Amino acid sequence: MNGSSGISNPPSRTLISAVNLSKLYPVSEGWFRRDRSFIHAVDGVSFDLARGETLGLVGESGCGKTTTGRMLVRLTEPTDGQVLFNNESGDLEDIAHLKGAPLKNFRRRAQMVFQDPYESMNPRRTIFDTVAEPLHVQKIGDHSERFERVSETLSMVGLTPPSSFLFRFPHELSGGQRQRAAIARALVMNPSFVVADEPTSMLDISIRTGIMQLMGELADQLGISYLYITHDLAVARYMCSRIAVMYLGKIVEMGETEEVLRNPVHPYTKALLSAVPVPDPGADREPVTIKGSVSVPVDPLPRCRFYDRCPIADDFCRDNDHPPLEDKGAGRLAACHKA
Amino acid sequence: MSTVNTQHAAPTGLWRARLRLASQSLRESWQLFARTRIGIIGLTIIGLYALLALAHPILMNTVWEPRTYDPVVGYAFDETQQPAPPSLKHLLGTDPLGRDILSQLMFSARSEFLLGLLAATVTVVIGTAVGAIAAYFGGWVDTLLMRLADIMIMMPAISVLIVLSALIGVEHFELALIIGILSGFGATGVVLKSQALSVVVKPYIDAARAAGGGHFHIILIHIVPNLLPLSFLYMMFTVTSAIFSEAVLSFLGLLDVRMSWGLMIHTTESAGYLLQVTDFWWLIFPASLSITLLCSAFYLVGRSLDEVVNPRLRSR
Repeated sequence: MNGSSGISNPPSRTLISAVNLSKLYPVSEGWFRRDRSFIHAVDGVSFDLARGETLGLVGESGCGKTTTGRMLVRLTEPTDGQVLFNNESGDLEDIAHLKGAPLKNFRRRAQMVFQDPYESMNPRRTIFDTVAEPLHVQKIGDHSERFERVSETLSMVGLTPPSSFLFRFPHELSGGQRQRAAIARALVMNPSFVVADEPTSMLDISIRTGIMQLMGELADQLGISYLYITHDLAVARYMCSRIAVMYLGKIVEMGETEEVLRNPVHPYTKALLSAVPVPDPGADREPVTIKGSVSVPVDPLPRCRFYDRCPIADDFCRDNDHPPLEDKGAGRLAACHKA
Repeated sequence: MSTVNTQHAAPTGLWRARLRLASQSLRESWQLFARTRIGIIGLTIIGLYALLALAHPILMNTVWEPRTYDPVVGYAFDETQQPAPPSLKHLLGTDPLGRDILSQLMFSARSEFLLGLLAATVTVVIGTAVGAIAAYFGGWVDTLLMRLADIMIMMPAISVLIVLSALIGVEHFELALIIGILSGFGATGVVLKSQALSVVVKPYIDAARAAGGGHFHIILIHIVPNLLPLSFLYMMFTVTSAIFSEAVLSFLGLLDVRMSWGLMIHTTESAGYLLQVTDFWWLIFPASLSITLLCSAFYLVGRSLDEVVNPRLRSR
């Protein structure tokens, strides 16, 4: 299974790449039904992530960004496509359908930080148990080594002194502290790739910056690559060097964060940006309005996914398949017939 | 500084923390439990019967002469007529065969407890396993276990037990196993599965999978501990149904046991005293009241635990 696709980064720098990744969910399970419908949660998504890079995945709820993230760490098995992971020996390995020991081995290097710090830790286990769990299931080190490593990781994420957190329970910690502990759990095995699924969206505004700063520092220190999933463009701007905008299971625009945010190409990105409030009542900005609301991609018609809501769509968009992600100049990719 | 003697601090600190959680949640649960008066009433009744059960072997070895007071083969030679009404020597009188009723009552209490607890343990072990496995794996495993549960629920327990005891000799141990299996694969399993369903969707299950944890690890470390409070609650309800089933079966003479509360009523019935309650009350009331009291005691404790486990039921 050789990965052959339009990989923009040289293979050595690429850590993980999604190639035509799709996930379909059957709408109604029936043993004898033939005409089964599928929700195209993620539909042919491709991107590369370089070592040490942070790629933002932006989009509204239900656009498939979390599913994409889960497929990259194999919490969800893709229906179609490949996930190529640059393993220790420098080969690109397709982890999309790994099983057993190779999958377990992959899990040492790819971790996930979840959205809700209140639900992502078992309330009956101490912070030590929770953070040491990856070491425990991967049988890394003996008890005192694990203890050492967990303590180190806790101080790394700013839970100092670790001794005053190790034997606490999640309910005894604040939201920010819990999220730090959850980050510690993800980092305790020293992974090279972390999917962060809106890690700050459940936190108070006042502690968001702290968590984001921490994640940025850790990425620099440890050379971690993040896939940073968020719906908040300000967060994406702060965290990510590149962003990919998703709509109904498709990436509609991808490029350098500043470029995309300053000068969006795709009408959906424009609409997203115009929905961000500007803290200046006098600011003059052209509003971009889109019709309707996000739909569910059940057996989508072979046309542009954004057709129903697009302000600039015409007959061509209706009659032709969803446009491919094309270079629109300056390394910017967008999927639009009109742009 | 804090990592000077981690080698020893690690295990002891961990156990101290776990103990702290256990004692803290126990204390909180007890406070909630104590607030519900019915739970305390139930616990008191259970305590009294436990004392009776424990006192029997002591009495038999000290005060009571086995020839007279043995619950099965004893005979009250000091009474001229059987059944004899309560007297100082026989506080609850004697049965039609001349055996001391208080001794029978106390002797049976022990086996009722053993039966109830064994049945409850079997139920909870099976029910927790079924619930966790069905909820975690889903798919055909779930379908298989839940259809099996349907069969178990539909099965009329008492009639099945009647057939079984006719086919094979059923004693307390077998009875406990049968009740445990019927309830564990049946209703208790279904209830625990519904609870487990709310656990398997938690992100910490995903986190455990992302860490590389296998099915066994996730079920044992993450799902089962979160089912235990509810499991414990259903233990109480199983005890009630076990004691009740035992009473019915031994009243019908279908159990192969030496002595039990149901058997005491059976003896009364077969000697023809069952319908003469006013004249021979001591033949019927001690045993039937004990069955009623102990069953309701466990039920009350269960109800009260329900309030501890289900915050929505708490009355403030």
